[in-house]
Amino acid sequence: MRGVRFWGTRGSLPVALDAAGVRAKLAAALRGARGRALDSDAALDAYLDALPFDVGATFGGNTSCVEVMTGDRDYVACDLGSGLRAFGQSVIARHGPAAPQTYHLFVSHLHWDHIMGLPFFGPAYVTGNRLIFYGGHAQLEAALRRQMEPPSFPVGFDVLHASIEFVHLAADAPHDVAGMRVTPKRQHHAGDSYGYRFEKNGHTIVYSTDSEHQLDEPGERAGFARFFQDADLVIFDAMYSLAEATSVKADWGHSSNIVGVELCQAARAKELCLFHHEPALGDAALAKMLAETRRFEEITRGPVPLRVSAAYDGLEILL
Amino acid sequence: MQFQSRHFGSIAVAAPAGRLDHSVAGTFEQELLPLAADPKNAALVVDFTNVDYISSVGLRVLMLAAKAARPRKARIAAVALQPIVAEVFAISRFDSVFEIFPALRDALAAISPDALAAYDASVNGT
Repeated sequence: MRGVRFWGTRGSLPVALDAAGVRAKLAAALRGARGRALDSDAALDAYLDALPFDVGATFGGNTSCVEVMTGDRDYVACDLGSGLRAFGQSVIARHGPAAPQTYHLFVSHLHWDHIMGLPFFGPAYVTGNRLIFYGGHAQLEAALRRQMEPPSFPVGFDVLHASIEFVHLAADAPHDVAGMRVTPKRQHHAGDSYGYRFEKNGHTIVYSTDSEHQLDEPGERAGFARFFQDADLVIFDAMYSLAEATSVKADWGHSSNIVGVELCQAARAKELCLFHHEPALGDAALAKMLAETRRFEEITRGPVPLRVSAAYDGLEILL
Repeated sequence: MQFQSRHFGSIAVAAPAGRLDHSVAGTFEQELLPLAADPKNAALVVDFTNVDYISSVGLRVLMLAAKAARPRKARIAAVALQPIVAEVFAISRFDSVFEIFPALRDALAAISPDALAAYDASVNGT
């Protein structure tokens, strides 16, 4: 298992950087460039590389889709958010449209932001490709079909010419998929969601999004500490601040950066990646949250440091 | 976990001590919530002078206290946050939920002149 690549990292609905946002970044970069000698491409690249992430780049706006790079031939991804479209395009660009591929697609749950990318997933329309959907919801196939019915979408599910299979995964039991050991865990979210623990060759990646943690239940804390145990990487729903998640947005089914750090520390995980970003948060706010989360990890650090990152569309994390 | 409470006028002052984490959250909740829910208390001030650290579970108890106080519009404030605890309040955004004052006397002065007078009298030994 080589790592992950994020194709969609936003929660709830896709967002885009608007004209005012681009202008603000340009203005900040140009202000910082005053008085600098940027007359060569090398100097310009060095300047751009040194800009803060929220000035020189963007976290992006596609909804959840994370490729698990297994190191094998088959492709594996978690969730079918709007980021799935770019994932499909990248595979087609790599192999060409005529080369058959197998895709193992793990679905956390059936809310729209986690399935909306499927109608735009190019490989699904290509004969010879094989798509295998995995999930814990009995309505998985029905939900994917329904979003492609009139009047919601003009192209029906049966126009997808790839071979399509559905595999129901029982929670808390290991399953062998694409050369990995995959263990689902049921999570607290409206209609339930499922996290997935992927293990292969001594490496572990956990995908745990749309999961609200019940802070008053010690058993739940211990259960997630086991689920995250010794993971190389935990991709974690940090959509809200802890204050929001315990007050106005309690029971909305999401968690916080604070709880992510605490659970990863209890599990002795190596890296926490903040994920499922609140769509109302801009790049500066997300960069601030990342810096604060790193500081929180620092002041609560146990014997083993925990790396903290924030997912963005296009980010690759290699194990 | 040590927990003390006292009153100045109609204001209850709670003073937990030590680390407010999952190992003591149940006790903290049992001690704090009755103070927040008691209609005789016009406000609740939590004195963090002797609190070294507060985790998500401890912060949740504070949120429960705020919810218990809200229906009767009782104010709830946190005072004397040690630097690490103040950072946790900021990172968790609990600093936007609670009124925060540097010291107990500042909170009492902002909330109730009668409570302030009672506090000053107790400090001055009168």
